Amino acid sequence: MFKKIVSPVDLTHADKLAKALSVTGELARAYGAEVCFVGVTGSTPSELARTPDEFRKQLEAFAAEQGEKLGVSASSHMIVSHDPAVQMNHELEAAITEIGADLVVMATHPPEVSDYFWSGHGAHLAAHSAASVMLIRG
Amino acid sequence: MADQSPNAEELEGIPSPDGTAHLIETDYEIGEDNVEGSVGPFGFDIHNPVFLISGLSIMAFVFYTLALPEQSNALFSWLFGAVTKGFDWFFLGAANIFVLFCLVLIVTPWGSVRLGGTEATPDYTYVGWFAMLFAAGMGIGLMFYGVSEPMSHFSSAMGGTAVENGVRTDWAPLGAAVGDESAAVRLGMAATIFHWGLHPWAIYAVVALSLALFSYNKGLPLTIRSAFYPIFGDAVWGWVGHIIDTLAVFATLFGLATSLGFGATQANAGLNELFGLPVGSTTEVILISGITAIALVSVLRGLDGGVKVLSEINMGLAFLLLIFVLLVGPTVYLLKLFFSSLGAYLQHLPALSNPIGREDVNFMQGWTSFYWAWWISWSPFVGMFIARVSRGRTVREFVICVLLIPSLVCVLWMTVFGGTALHQVITDGYTVAQEAALELKLFKMLDVMPLAGITSLVGIILVVVFFVTSSDSGSLVIDTITAGGKIDAPVPQRAFWCIFEGAVAIVLLLSAGGLQSLQSMVISTGLPFTIVLLLMCVAIGKGLASERRMIKGAA
Repeated sequence: MFKKIVSPVDLTHADKLAKALSVTGELARAYGAEVCFVGVTGSTPSELARTPDEFRKQLEAFAAEQGEKLGVSASSHMIVSHDPAVQMNHELEAAITEIGADLVVMATHPPEVSDYFWSGHGAHLAAHSAASVMLIRG
Repeated sequence: MADQSPNAEELEGIPSPDGTAHLIETDYEIGEDNVEGSVGPFGFDIHNPVFLISGLSIMAFVFYTLALPEQSNALFSWLFGAVTKGFDWFFLGAANIFVLFCLVLIVTPWGSVRLGGTEATPDYTYVGWFAMLFAAGMGIGLMFYGVSEPMSHFSSAMGGTAVENGVRTDWAPLGAAVGDESAAVRLGMAATIFHWGLHPWAIYAVVALSLALFSYNKGLPLTIRSAFYPIFGDAVWGWVGHIIDTLAVFATLFGLATSLGFGATQANAGLNELFGLPVGSTTEVILISGITAIALVSVLRGLDGGVKVLSEINMGLAFLLLIFVLLVGPTVYLLKLFFSSLGAYLQHLPALSNPIGREDVNFMQGWTSFYWAWWISWSPFVGMFIARVSRGRTVREFVICVLLIPSLVCVLWMTVFGGTALHQVITDGYTVAQEAALELKLFKMLDVMPLAGITSLVGIILVVVFFVTSSDSGSLVIDTITAGGKIDAPVPQRAFWCIFEGAVAIVLLLSAGGLQSLQSMVISTGLPFTIVLLLMCVAIGKGLASERRMIKGAA
């Protein structure tokens, strides 16, 4: 039913992703789908990575680790955003189309952590993306 | 700082930017001084203590200006006079150094260093990039001074010199040109281009280049203090850095708020002229609120969807207006004037930029020194914004595009608008534009050309949108500095700065003389920033040298 699952991840809050990741793994195994982990970074240095290249390596390492852990075929896709706080919704939407995913599984953050701008992403994708969207409450 | 070979990279776990670059190793983690949380539904992620100190000191200054208007006005105008008159040699000398420094960068091997690492690709196309450079840098000034400044210098040059007690009391540049119309035109155009050409853009280029280099190649946060890492080392993460960043926020916010206040007065005059809109504080407050509201929408739409789109629309409109005036105005005269002005600029440049032993004291202090202080006080804002959009360019390309091309565009703009107005005075004897108030000169000039109704409306739209593009890019810059260099801070934060800036403008506008005295204060901040900029040149040199060593080592 699903061939390619996109899992948008915020590596700054990787510890909050456990539930969404395990759901992603179960669905991917059940449908024999591959998983693509999508991460968004700014072009300027951030607390996570000082350059986009550094971020890409972190994301690749994360994808490889999760692929092994969940027992699925995993890849990664980096989005470099000029203004992540605002443009992330549209850039995620475009990336999902580009990757050709048919299912998006993503965590919705607990309300107390940077929820203001993260909470909107799932809703935006559900409303605009051609792929099915599953939101996992943390 | 340590050299970084591919092996060392694996050992220390710090990978390089795109391709080869020389990252600075520091224990400071971006965002480690930040406080995250939320007020009601609004999240925030701010640098402690830069956010708080900037916000509070801005309010304290506004309060002081309102509570003790006479005292504050006296203090700030004394400060302004002391700075622009007492340190004129310093401003002129430093600005010359910036121009030479930038020109040297073009021709030396340092110019081949790429911002963001050897493999980085540009974030924006040339069109989008130029549009944003201009919109943030000087768009609004071009609207107001394009007609008025060549005219002022022409008139004062025609007036000749006057000496009292051995001191020149006239405002003419250099030796003036009594009764010689063509020499006065050349001198007027040269002086105008001098103030809008290489020097201001070199000031912006120095700040922008240092921020871009230390952020994209060295991995430090995108905030003013990062440029000082080679000089102060890890101390920039402490109070030294807090002071630098706070000063930058302070100059940016007050610079924007005061120009927004003045801009509203000027736009009001224009609207009154065109549509008979009443002149008064009610209209002005509505204008500021309107401009702030559009800027708010723009910042909420983000850099690509808001700021860039508006900048491009504005560039397009400004270009159309330029072409219109060029074709409908005295085309052949203007084309000749373009080249003769360029020649006059180069001819008079050594004398105009000479920092010591000048006879034209009023011109040098009242015009040049004032402009240099003004550009420099704006430079943290414009420089940081330029840095934000310049990733992926080489240093050579960067300097050519931030220094030479904008200077040429300014020459063209000043020639077309100033030249048309001068032509009206000299050939047609039409002096209404010459005698009109500053904010009306452009409209009076358009008045005697065809389609005046449409072009004046385009002029008003340009004025308003240029204010919006300054306001929105300024809010993004302040937000980034007060978030410790993070560009992904919650959106309400940038909305806060945008609204705060409009509010400060309104408060100052409603108080008698508040705008004037705070603008004097802002321009005075140009003095400490000049020292900052000189240090930046040293830092850029050090930074580029280490990049070159890395690239050679990698090859």
